[in-house]
Amino acid sequence: MTDLADLTIAAAGRGLRSGAFTAVDLLDAVERRAAVTEAHLHAYLTLDRAGARVAAEAADVALAAGDPRPLLGIPLALKDNMVTKGVETTASSQILAGWKPPYDGTAASRLRDAGAVIVGKTNLDEFAMGSSTENSAYGPTRNPWNTDRVPGGSSGGSAAAVAVGSALGAFGSDTGGSIRQPASLTGTVGAKPTYGLVSRYGLIAFASSLDQIGPIARTVPDAAALLEAVVGWDPMDATSYNGDMPSISKSLDRGVAGLRIGVVTELSGEGIDPEVLAATKQVIDRLSDAGADVVEISLPAIEYALSAYYLIAPAECSANLARFDGVRYGLRIDGATTEEMMAKTRAEGFGPEVTRRILLGTYALSAGYYDAFYGQAQRVRTLLRNDFASAYGRVDVLVSPTSPTTAFEVGAKTADPLTMYFADICTIATNLAGDPAISVPIGLDDAGLPIGFQIMAPALGEEVMFQVAAEVERLAAFTERPRLATSKVVTP
Amino acid sequence: MTEWEAVIGIETHVELQTKSKMFCGCLVDSGDEPNTAVCPVCLALPGALPVPNKEAIEGILSIGDALECTLIEDSLFYRKNYFYPDLPKNYQISQYTFPLCLDGRLAVDVDGEPTVVGITRVHMEEDTGKSTHIGVSGRIHGANHTLLDFNRAGVPLVEVVSEPDIRSPEQARAYGAELQRVVRTLGVSDARLEEGSMRFDVNVSVRPAGSDILGTRTEVKNVNSLRSMQRAIAYEITRQIEVLESGGSIHLETRHWDEAKGATRSGRTKEGSEDYRYFQDPDLLPLHIDEDWRKRVHARRPELPAAKRARYVALGADRSTADLLADAGDLAALFEAAVSAGADARTIGIWLTGEVVAYLRREDVTIDETGLSADSLVELAGMTGDGDLSATAAKEVLGGVLAGEGTPSQVAEARDLLQISDASTIETEVMAVLDQHPDAIEKIRNGDSKPIGFLVGQVMRATGGKADPRMVQDLIRRKTQA
Repeated sequence: MTDLADLTIAAAGRGLRSGAFTAVDLLDAVERRAAVTEAHLHAYLTLDRAGARVAAEAADVALAAGDPRPLLGIPLALKDNMVTKGVETTASSQILAGWKPPYDGTAASRLRDAGAVIVGKTNLDEFAMGSSTENSAYGPTRNPWNTDRVPGGSSGGSAAAVAVGSALGAFGSDTGGSIRQPASLTGTVGAKPTYGLVSRYGLIAFASSLDQIGPIARTVPDAAALLEAVVGWDPMDATSYNGDMPSISKSLDRGVAGLRIGVVTELSGEGIDPEVLAATKQVIDRLSDAGADVVEISLPAIEYALSAYYLIAPAECSANLARFDGVRYGLRIDGATTEEMMAKTRAEGFGPEVTRRILLGTYALSAGYYDAFYGQAQRVRTLLRNDFASAYGRVDVLVSPTSPTTAFEVGAKTADPLTMYFADICTIATNLAGDPAISVPIGLDDAGLPIGFQIMAPALGEEVMFQVAAEVERLAAFTERPRLATSKVVTP
Repeated sequence: MTEWEAVIGIETHVELQTKSKMFCGCLVDSGDEPNTAVCPVCLALPGALPVPNKEAIEGILSIGDALECTLIEDSLFYRKNYFYPDLPKNYQISQYTFPLCLDGRLAVDVDGEPTVVGITRVHMEEDTGKSTHIGVSGRIHGANHTLLDFNRAGVPLVEVVSEPDIRSPEQARAYGAELQRVVRTLGVSDARLEEGSMRFDVNVSVRPAGSDILGTRTEVKNVNSLRSMQRAIAYEITRQIEVLESGGSIHLETRHWDEAKGATRSGRTKEGSEDYRYFQDPDLLPLHIDEDWRKRVHARRPELPAAKRARYVALGADRSTADLLADAGDLAALFEAAVSAGADARTIGIWLTGEVVAYLRREDVTIDETGLSADSLVELAGMTGDGDLSATAAKEVLGGVLAGEGTPSQVAEARDLLQISDASTIETEVMAVLDQHPDAIEKIRNGDSKPIGFLVGQVMRATGGKADPRMVQDLIRRKTQA
């Protein structure tokens, strides 16, 4: 019999509803998996055993009464930059060590309302700044496919947990690729929705104009189901979208016949690993065979996306992270004066990458530099939006690799921040444009590491994005699981 | 000797009395226990986000409309970055380019000398928390700890920035007073200087008269009344002139007004030290104010103090009583009711701003606690107009009415103050007086009119002041003509 921890959300939902097992059984299976894998992976920062148990028991009561909610009783993990009431939330930073929020973020509270069981909080690069989950004050997360490798980041904990089965699904946040790139590196599906679709209330801000919460799951339908549970206007977030929600899972079975698919020229050559390129090409050919109209599309401004991103995101973060000052919560290092106390707290509480970005952002916003840096970056952002808009006048979706390489070795890029920044080369542009994008696993490279395929769509184009993703998933028929997940699990 | 001219611009902060704070649902109520009107948003907990308060935006728009500003169609929110323990986010949400309102004006009057002060902008800000330094001195230096109360953090503020159009301390005071009246008339704030719900930062510089180059300015803070603003500016002008005339120069700095010493003292130097790194707040979308919204705000504009004063003058009130009345809500209401019922505006105005105000002060009561109504004012005015009461008697009757002794006619009768206007009675009294003063009659007949007043006085005395003096005078004139 399959270990319950390896079920998809859809299969687990059917099992729960048929009475084959209970939500408590499912939680037990996931916690048993975590008990084995955590020592190798460190996907979680906090396992909320008590809270999860209460939620699973409540789900069983509701299931017995015939409650049809799709996520009822499903064990999920949340990235630790999502605020959860009463459960320690640190964003992987020393500066928030021990902080137990007095409130639930909107996504967390919508998931609770959906009956989901929140297993725990997953590791991330501190304040979501990084692409490997190595920049965590609490130690790195490792890739379940090969523990010498990184799981990607910053949502590496969520991706690793889903890949290995210590959660059936998870949520992360994506500012420049932080959901899609770790999904790609762990063989999972990760989606960044249109900016404004999921409320940011309760997401510890990194770069407010780019941050979006999104799902990580093992299949495209699972990711769609997770996303559907959290989208919707929120009066607590002034940037939340207050119009008709796009349909997300309506067209999963519709195939790609007649759809126009654009292959992004700038993401199809230089800087992309040949094995990744070859696998991507193969999927594109199959999409074409399946009836899609495939064309090449150039997005010239994408060349400047990384530079613009590394001005805009640090600028926003320099203000967003100013509130961590030791005055009201979190770490406090005493000083002779209040000013000294604040300075010492921040110097001690933030890790090197966070400090670097705060300094970079502060500089970019300073008088005399603003226009050359921040102002210029905003102009690039506008150019990029125009590029995307004109591309979507010609095609329904754009495709590219998700990550220029498969999972790299732990420590390989930590010494050189710039190389690390290039890990997001394929994903950053959609954040700047505010558009949705999804990563779907399509195979393994020679080293046995997963390769991800990215599908980008215009704002509110989730329906067609998931439609193509589902077809890519069928065509790629990727069924491999990481060794750590399939190794014999010790039975209690 | 150089003639100097002062150039003054005023930044005014007004705390809006909205139901809830600028960006969260916490109640605006300064009377609460410390840190009870707080939530994740105004405490800047991780993950919390601001959502603009529509009521506050409308309040700001109404001020902009009253100051004849252009209301901006797509207004932007900015972050103003600086670290301070009572500023929870360590940035303040404020406005920079595209504030809510631009380019307005406010007319002020000093001793009948009208000036128009340009309004640069009216924009939104949020208040900070309150620091209390605990230690020997009660000041930040030497304190061993600081207590923070965030009840006020996030309370909506509006900043009204004037052009440097003000030329004297008196004009500055008149501007401050008029702005306070406008804000109160709009009902958006109680604008109390002593409680800090209205605060002035005054920029003062001097230059040789006739020059069009601006001198270096200082920013004077801590002026907690209109009077201290006037004094502080006067002091600062004198100080700057003295510095310049003795060959010194003025530094761009903040100076604090010390009310007790009657002097400003140097605070923070501004030069090069402040870079707020303004940038558009990514948590807040541009605020779209469509034409309908702008029209609605304008349509709701109440009668402003200047218009009200002009109307009172047009009704017949004296300029000075009109000014006083327009400022006094409940008296103005009585005035309007009485005048619209036909009473003479000038008389009513004088009574209300004279006897009535004096009575209220003396007895420390409000108008509602007295026996005075619009009806009694109308009746009283009628009695004086008909000659039933002398002006002096009318004031006495008014006192009785205020004290609750009854209607004017009841009071007049009870106190026996009604004038004798019966012609035959008066004639008898006049004839009696004339009989006693033939010499006076002689003088009058010889063309000297002075004794008329004397004779009137004699008749008034004989009648206990109740005779109608006009009738008496007419009669004496007639009887003394040859």
